[in-house]
Amino acid sequence: MPEEKRIILKHADEPGYTRDIECYLKHGGYEVLRKSYKLKPEEIHSEVMDSGLRGRGGAGFPTGLKWKFLDRKSGKPIYLICNADESEPGTFKDKQIIHKDPHQLIEGMMISAYSIQAKQAFIYIRGEFFEGARILEEAIEEARAKNFVGNNILGSDFSCDLVVHRGAGAYICGEETGLIESLEGKRPYPRIKPPYFPAVLGLYQSPTIVNNVETLCNVKHIVEMSGKEFAKIGTPGNTGTRIWCVSGHVQKPGYYEFPCGGLTMGEMIHDVCGGLLPGRELKAIIPGGSSAKVLKADERFSGKLKDGTEFDWSIWDIPLDFDGPAAAGSMSGSGGIIVMDNSTDIVQALSNINAFYAHESCGQCTPCREGVQWMRKVTRRMCAGDARKDDADLLLSIANQIEGRTVCAFGEAAAWPVQSFIEKFKDEFEDYPANGSVSSETGDKQLV
Amino acid sequence: MTHLENAMQLSKETLDKIDARVEKYPVKRSAALPLLHLIQEEKGYVPEEAIEWIAKRLELEPINVYEIVTFYPMLKRSPMGRKHVRVCRTLSCALRGGYQVCKTLQEQLGCKLDETSANGEFSIEFVECLASCGTAPVVMVNDEHHENMDDDKTVALCRELKKTSA
Repeated sequence: MPEEKRIILKHADEPGYTRDIECYLKHGGYEVLRKSYKLKPEEIHSEVMDSGLRGRGGAGFPTGLKWKFLDRKSGKPIYLICNADESEPGTFKDKQIIHKDPHQLIEGMMISAYSIQAKQAFIYIRGEFFEGARILEEAIEEARAKNFVGNNILGSDFSCDLVVHRGAGAYICGEETGLIESLEGKRPYPRIKPPYFPAVLGLYQSPTIVNNVETLCNVKHIVEMSGKEFAKIGTPGNTGTRIWCVSGHVQKPGYYEFPCGGLTMGEMIHDVCGGLLPGRELKAIIPGGSSAKVLKADERFSGKLKDGTEFDWSIWDIPLDFDGPAAAGSMSGSGGIIVMDNSTDIVQALSNINAFYAHESCGQCTPCREGVQWMRKVTRRMCAGDARKDDADLLLSIANQIEGRTVCAFGEAAAWPVQSFIEKFKDEFEDYPANGSVSSETGDKQLV
Repeated sequence: MTHLENAMQLSKETLDKIDARVEKYPVKRSAALPLLHLIQEEKGYVPEEAIEWIAKRLELEPINVYEIVTFYPMLKRSPMGRKHVRVCRTLSCALRGGYQVCKTLQEQLGCKLDETSANGEFSIEFVECLASCGTAPVVMVNDEHHENMDDDKTVALCRELKKTSA
């Protein structure tokens, strides 16, 4: 059985480990911050470049490169924002860090802020994380009292304040330009890129870096062990560990930290998560949060990897890193693996997902605002007992008219589930009984 | 502003929190959403007059505040039940029985989905993914999480909630 390698969650579930600063300090906390402030900001940046770290929020963009895009010539203040909006369905990793080891995030942020020379940093946390916000605010005050946050940090001439800002229940705030609008006190309508790349025109039209919670924690470990050492964990182009969140129909759902590429989907589901529920068979897996394209149990995935090697995988063979699920035509996204067994009514599952995107579209772009509502209406009608033979084609046509026609990637996020569910389970959509739900002998749950 | 202040009747504690919050931002407008949260925490919802009050406090037009109030699902424009029950509706919870939990909650609390019970004690609403998918299905009561819910646990939770009812 593959062994977890906990770097980010090293202490999170250790007996006796508490989230207060004294415990953190006893475990070597803020030592890396001390080390960092003896380095030049650009030395930290080059460690992050060497590490190959990719963003853990969903897009997997190289963090060092993102920082490199910062417009330093404008003379405007630079901002650092931690995206703690964690709201991609199937994802619950950042919450573990915030609740169990908040100082690790603060340390990672203060190192990153120093490296990019941000004098003001924010943690944008989703509104439903009442307790998480309280925990972070308390932790920041503890860190401020010890001079790890605030003015002249550790006696240096660098100052940076850190503010926790709560959202209010809108998924779109996880999109970085939507997040920025929200933080500016507006509706979180995502901005169009170009020209509004946050690194150039971000918060208050100033250069801004937005990074995920897990990403910022990694920065601490990169400085601690060096970028080159960090790059040895995982596989080339997929460095470090990832926290995977497994939910749905498995024996042991939960969060598991492994080196990137350190195990396959099969090992994750069968060995780590204890397999499927008794007597069930796999139907489908969504590998990277509900926006990721669904993978069908009996599919074969073949082609050429980036480095030219040919592959021919079953769903169980897919390596869990950034590139594996992508090679299989989906994505690792936020690391949220949702497992569905043969008790699942696939039309209901899509209807559930459609309802999510219909609820969460911000309404700025017409194809998305209108399209997601129609997709929800069609699948809801199907589930209510009025399925029609051509619904599959109708759904596909709506999804295809959203994809690529919106300001932000929400359009794709809403279209991909529909496109992939229909492509892979077309017969189930076309033959969906006119009297509603497929009855199942395995005692399935209602999804709509 | 005086008539508005009178209409709002915010506690000194909330007013102090508001002053401290506004200070935290380089641009005042950023405090709009946090101020709405603070007022809702005290009042249980965002009263109509809060929109103009916040606009004045942050030197904005009321529409700038109104556009936020009407966007975010967590901001409520009428009072919710004293015990605000949020049930996760999204896929991972649904796969583990979230819809059944919601049904049981409605039966046990005598309160329908998206409604507030007649005595003002309970409100039940479906919300989207609460980031607790590994312990699905999940329910929140005010700011408290209840995880791995099944029928028995839901019934027991409802019994507890009714016991502490006014």
